[in-house]
Amino acid sequence: MEFVQNFPFLTIILALFSGPLCSVLKSKAAKWVNTISIALILVMSVAVLLFTLQTGEAYVYQMGHFSAPWGNEIRVGVLEAFMAVFFCVVMLLCMLGGRRELAEEVEETKQNLYYVMIGLLLSSLLALIYTNDLFTAYVFVEINTISACGLIMIRQNGRAIEAATRYMIMSLLGSGLLLMGICYLYDLTGHLLMSNIKEQVAVLAETGEYHIPLLISITLMSVGLAIKSALFPFHSWVPDAYGYSTLSSSAILSSLVSKGYIFLVVKIFYRVIGFDVIRESKVINVLFVFGVMGMIFGSLSAIRESNIRRMIAWSSVAQIGYIYMGFGLGTTAGIIASLFHILSHAATKSMLFVSASGLMDVSNHDTDFFALTGSGYRNKAAGVAFTAGSLSMVGIPLFSGFISKVLFASAAYDTSGKLIPAMIALALSTLLNAIYFMKTVIRIYTPAHRANIETDSRVITVKEQPQKTVVLALFVVLNLILGLFSEPIVNMLTQGLEMFG
Amino acid sequence: MSRKLSEDEYRKTRSFRLKQWLDGTKDPFLDTVEMKEQKPFEEDQEEKKQFDQDRKTRLANWVYAPRRNRDVNAFRSLYRVCAALFCVFLLITLLTAVSWLPTEGEEDRPVNNEVAERYIESGLQETGAVNIVTGMILDYRAFDTLGESHVLFAATMTVLILLRLDRDKDKKEQHANDRLYEPKNDVILQTAARILVPPIFIFGIYVILCGHLGPGGGFSGGAIIGAGLILYVNAFGFAKTERFFTAKTYKVTSFCALACYSLSKCYSFYTGANGIESVIPLGTPGAILSSGLIFVLNICVGIVVAGTMYTFYVMFRKGGY
Repeated sequence: MEFVQNFPFLTIILALFSGPLCSVLKSKAAKWVNTISIALILVMSVAVLLFTLQTGEAYVYQMGHFSAPWGNEIRVGVLEAFMAVFFCVVMLLCMLGGRRELAEEVEETKQNLYYVMIGLLLSSLLALIYTNDLFTAYVFVEINTISACGLIMIRQNGRAIEAATRYMIMSLLGSGLLLMGICYLYDLTGHLLMSNIKEQVAVLAETGEYHIPLLISITLMSVGLAIKSALFPFHSWVPDAYGYSTLSSSAILSSLVSKGYIFLVVKIFYRVIGFDVIRESKVINVLFVFGVMGMIFGSLSAIRESNIRRMIAWSSVAQIGYIYMGFGLGTTAGIIASLFHILSHAATKSMLFVSASGLMDVSNHDTDFFALTGSGYRNKAAGVAFTAGSLSMVGIPLFSGFISKVLFASAAYDTSGKLIPAMIALALSTLLNAIYFMKTVIRIYTPAHRANIETDSRVITVKEQPQKTVVLALFVVLNLILGLFSEPIVNMLTQGLEMFG
Repeated sequence: MSRKLSEDEYRKTRSFRLKQWLDGTKDPFLDTVEMKEQKPFEEDQEEKKQFDQDRKTRLANWVYAPRRNRDVNAFRSLYRVCAALFCVFLLITLLTAVSWLPTEGEEDRPVNNEVAERYIESGLQETGAVNIVTGMILDYRAFDTLGESHVLFAATMTVLILLRLDRDKDKKEQHANDRLYEPKNDVILQTAARILVPPIFIFGIYVILCGHLGPGGGFSGGAIIGAGLILYVNAFGFAKTERFFTAKTYKVTSFCALACYSLSKCYSFYTGANGIESVIPLGTPGAILSSGLIFVLNICVGIVVAGTMYTFYVMFRKGGY
């Protein structure tokens, strides 16, 4: 066994260990420990990705002295390694981008606890990506939920605590349903290891035995994870949770936490139940309908919203709708489009949050739409990045959003019966996206004196905030990479998905 | 040969005091226990009137006042009916589904497979733990338990974020208020605690250390120790407990425990996956020092659980050590 193959488990343990370590350190030291550990994990994940690309096949890593159905194991392929790399990059950028807000909005003595939460969150994301055991996935879903709550409520004002309470209630409901689904599935198959469950489920599907409990188990798990990742009818916690928490929390919650759960959905579809059984179960049709409704209603709510951070949060609801619509198409191409959209949305949404906070800095920290008039001139870096993010969200060529829309459209083309609703939803949602994002871009580039609106006259130049400018530039670059070099990335996702099941 | 006691000598004996207590002539707790007379509650009529008035106007102007929003009200009742219906639906579905599941207790259930068989048949030889459940959670499926103990840690940290008071002013205020909520120098509680706390601690330690030999383990033993700590702090107050258990103690012990857990699992995952024989001996099953790493891991889990329990209590009561 090559030494590189140990890295996935080392990254999980390292992230897990950095949490308790930060709890005994002072804030400043904790900040460094956190940054260094994320960077180290990134480097290790890149090594794993290169290794898996080279060998071209997934490998199983046994956690302990006992082989799979008795002990735990993790499974590493191109898709998993790529997701780990991407999540680390986005998390590092989010943390760097929100550092000043964190120092201002969180009590000095509690800042190290923030890094504890980030460490635990990263470890849970990595474990969700790599695990090959359904119960391990559940344990790390718990860590994910608790630390996400901590990230929301560390900014201790009324709205943030209320948002955290809502998030916790909804998220625990989701966890409960997921756990119940896992219990049913265990009772039916007698296994917790994903590959063994798949074998047993295939037998059950063939004989038609236990059809109803199997269906209920699939439904419970899908609904549980849909609640946790804010699919349309379960999205009521989103605007508050993303709108009132501190900047890095909003960025990380919207771009990574919900994506971890979605990745688990893909895993359950492909590795636990098997995609054919899922397709026959008609659960995906429900997901398709909810996804399409999310795309429309999320955007409509965003148009009505005047608070810019809540507007970006509503847009997340719409984007999660896209991802579930891709699942709902029921084809491998649809799943690949969704996976690409996970990447595209993670890169874009965090950039939008960071740049919107930059725009608010030059507008008296006001979140109101009209207060932002002309802020694109006062903070040039943030204005450019916000524009780039908006263009990507709308789906203008060059940026990543365009590619994911093309992929969704071409995936919908191969399905029977879902082509027309999917196309209509895509067109309508693009139009609605354009309305609220372009409205905001026009607003931030409207000179304040011409609009006769009194605004903050503070100007932040690029030199005054070198760190944030670099972060925003990297976000734009990441977006352009996804948009311009989409072919190798899509190939990588396809290759990864082939060795995933 | 017995002799008669004089009146004075008799007064000093326990039986005399018992007789006094039974007769009701003397209360042994009078002047020895802190007692406060309750102030009768007097209501300021003016203030009450003003308050009622304010409340009426406030309610009338309230955004959700029924008078103002009939549709909100209608929505609320509809919402409640829908919620109830949905709960009933979910309940019926899940219960029906249970009746479709494999029958409980039958031999050919899917869960009676090679996995459980190996746990039961060779669990003792492979893990060295007499208690198969401990062997399962701390050796076969140790990765899950590693996550589980970090769940506890994450929960404590979240409670710290929410409830810990870090500003000096808040701390002082809470410290002063703490006296109002709990009785101080309560003889009954203190005597009971003095008798109960040492056995509770010893029992907790026993449950942790013998987790691989019989029922018990880190989670249950840690909970027992945590309960003992909570009883102790209730009886004697924070001044006494802070001599041996402060926020710093919690931080350092739980960090050490989790670090030890992570490191030892790092070792066993690495050796396990790379096919290297572990050098840690399993010992004789049944001996206290046996079953390899399980013994150490139980202690780690116990420390984390005890700290978590106590910290939860302290945070909810006072917002800081």
